[in-house]
Amino acid sequence: MAALRMSPARLAQSLRAAPISPAWKRTMASVVPPSQTSTITEPAPDKDAKIKTFQIYRWDPDQPTSKPRMQTYTLDLNKTGPMVLDALIRIKNEIDPTLTFRRSCREGICGSCAMNIDGVNTLACLCRIPTETSHQSKIYPLPHTYVVKDLVPDLTLFYKQYRSIKPYLQRDTPPPDGKENRQSRPDREKLDGLYECILCACCSTSCPSYWWNAEQYLGPAILLQSYRWIADSRDEKTAERYDALNNSMSLYRCHTILNCSRTCPKGLNPGLAIAEIKKGMAFA
Amino acid sequence: MPRLSGLQRNVVSLYRQCLRACGKKPIETRDNFRRFVRNQFRENAAGIDKKDFAAIEYMIRKGQRQLEIYKDEGIRNVV
Repeated sequence: MAALRMSPARLAQSLRAAPISPAWKRTMASVVPPSQTSTITEPAPDKDAKIKTFQIYRWDPDQPTSKPRMQTYTLDLNKTGPMVLDALIRIKNEIDPTLTFRRSCREGICGSCAMNIDGVNTLACLCRIPTETSHQSKIYPLPHTYVVKDLVPDLTLFYKQYRSIKPYLQRDTPPPDGKENRQSRPDREKLDGLYECILCACCSTSCPSYWWNAEQYLGPAILLQSYRWIADSRDEKTAERYDALNNSMSLYRCHTILNCSRTCPKGLNPGLAIAEIKKGMAFA
Repeated sequence: MPRLSGLQRNVVSLYRQCLRACGKKPIETRDNFRRFVRNQFRENAAGIDKKDFAAIEYMIRKGQRQLEIYKDEGIRNVV
């Protein structure tokens, strides 16, 4: 530790004072002695290595004139974790540090690593690597989003839409006991299947209706959240929330295609939530 | 002036928005902002072919994001 705490000037001095052995001199061309380099030589490939090929979408915003391209990476599945995110992290650590993607929790709670894997929007951390090695896995960013870089989509519009539905408790009257807004058990159960949404945008970006009308149509994820606050027994602005959705674009661009429910990596059902909003509005 | 295409109009519109935003800045630094806008447009236009629509569209989006940031009243000067 003492050596680590040495000031750079002292360190340089001590390095200069060190005797230079003949073996050293031969490698002077590389400046750093081989014992201090961190080059890791790849061991010879195993006989039973499971080599899997990944094709990954690459695009670099620093060269705006360059076209997006697919880059191929090969990994030995025996040395990689089971999930696609493990493979991506391993590619970034060991093969190509320029590969860019979002990730955080690696357990399906944060929703950062949403991407299109083999044609399905899902979270890379919840998606197992398909084990048959004859088939190449293709990984793209979420479809119909502007790409920030490589696998990173621009979700600005998505978050702006989320803000527009006022995703918080709105009340005019104070709680009866002056402390908490209480809720009965059956009322709380109405929120099951709604509050689990992590806003990964997998469902919205899988919806053809959202592809064509992203500016006006809110999309399944945001409508699910909207219904989460409509269904909440403690919220008092249900009528206003219905009013905000009562136009031809915000809600009614949903044509029950149900790609959202099919793709949701958390197993939720945005299609049902949208149907409930429509029902609530029809009978209001 | 020849008739402009939709994309060209978008670029001109962004440029005008930028210049208008300059007008909201303090009078002492306004010229710095104007010079900054001009240089940004000149520099970015130089490397892009006029038929490379994807790149131009990307630069417009990038410019709009930048404009949103520079519009902030907290930003009083650029160098």
